[in-house]
Amino acid sequence: MHGFANPTRFLRIARWLTPWLLASGLLVTAGALIWTLTVLPAERLQGETVRILPVHVPTAWLGMGGWTTIAIASFVELVWRHPLATIAGRAAAVPGAVFTALCLLTGSIWGRPAWGTWWIWDGRLTSMLVLLFLYIGYIVLAQATAREGASSRVPAIFGLIGAINIPIIHYSVIWWYSIHQPPSLSVGQSAMAPAFLWPLLISTLGFSLIFGGVVLARMRALLADVQAEARLRRKALGA
Amino acid sequence: MSPLLAILKRDLALLLPGGRRGGTLLPLLFFLAVTVLYPFAVGPDAPLLARTGGGVIWVAALLAAILPLDRLVAPDLEQGFFDQWALRGIAEEAVIALRVLAHWLSFGPPLMIAALPAAALLGIDGPTLRTVELGLLVGTPGLAAIGVTIAALTVSLRSGAAMAGLLLIPLAVPILIFGAGSLSTGGEGGLALTAAISLLLVAMAPFAGGAAIRAAREG
Repeated sequence: MHGFANPTRFLRIARWLTPWLLASGLLVTAGALIWTLTVLPAERLQGETVRILPVHVPTAWLGMGGWTTIAIASFVELVWRHPLATIAGRAAAVPGAVFTALCLLTGSIWGRPAWGTWWIWDGRLTSMLVLLFLYIGYIVLAQATAREGASSRVPAIFGLIGAINIPIIHYSVIWWYSIHQPPSLSVGQSAMAPAFLWPLLISTLGFSLIFGGVVLARMRALLADVQAEARLRRKALGA
Repeated sequence: MSPLLAILKRDLALLLPGGRRGGTLLPLLFFLAVTVLYPFAVGPDAPLLARTGGGVIWVAALLAAILPLDRLVAPDLEQGFFDQWALRGIAEEAVIALRVLAHWLSFGPPLMIAALPAAALLGIDGPTLRTVELGLLVGTPGLAAIGVTIAALTVSLRSGAAMAGLLLIPLAVPILIFGAGSLSTGGEGGLALTAAISLLLVAMAPFAGGAAIRAAREG
């Protein structure tokens, strides 16, 4: 693990990997979405609105995956004081927040024809909304600590506390079963017809690749920031 | 006297109503002001106020929990008390745990008393008031724990006070949902869940807060 800990080696790998992740992610996502919009038949009960699910489900998973990334990075930061973990947590926050917002937005658009309402105070909707607020809090906190030069372990502690919300979101559809359906997919089994399942899985792969690419690109930008800062400081001391 | 007992005594002398740090009554007055504002906003419709009053008390309690945040940890860190305690070999976790206890004593029971006039103003009936009071009894320790944790997290930031509310609200949402939810289900299940989430937050606060204090010292 400490092999990847070296920022120089990380940057060498990231510089090569970032464009590949972004390009393949865009390609795979575009393919899955075009398939969804053209080839996929309208569903018997949901009609045409089923076509939004290959966007809604991956964004929901990545919204939760983003905070899981923050939580793991926070743990590594607090236990091993690893500088790359700090940057990974900060880099995952903004794409995670965007995906969470997209999930709420697409869910709302789907819910208007399917449930007859834009919004309802169901357990899963509410816990996703709380996740968005947690993201906003984390981003504001991380920016303030970076700006004021406070310890980067402050947002890491908040990232770990906020992780309580992730299992709550996952089990919300079982604990407070009101309107959002329980999970259709779990490891090894599916309650969906294969025709609808495949575009969903492929678009999930595509969105995940995009997520990975954005996180790596942001990590490189944040590292460049740190290096530029250090160089300026050295110059100021040398002059 | 053991050092921990001395710290608790000092915390109580600072934080309890009439304490040296002052401002304990502020959250209570704010709490009452919010509950008084609500009838102004929705109109003096007695059945509506009675039906929604319990939830209003919960929202007011959550908002009131934001007010004391900047005086919970910051003054002691600035004056070097935390460094002195650390030099004495007293763990930050223990100091934070005592601070949660002292903050709850200065915040929870007074809030439960202030909820009585608020309930009368909103026209809440007896059984609902009982559920609200029991909910506040088990929920305010969790609010106090989040409060101290957030205060410790934001202590090293100049913009910390402005941020504290933004950080506290999402963490306090489960307490609000279960606490206010116990009103509609009328009882034990909701209160048990409020107590559960509250206990979880109280158990976490010393470790999160202790780590935050150490981060603030080194940062």
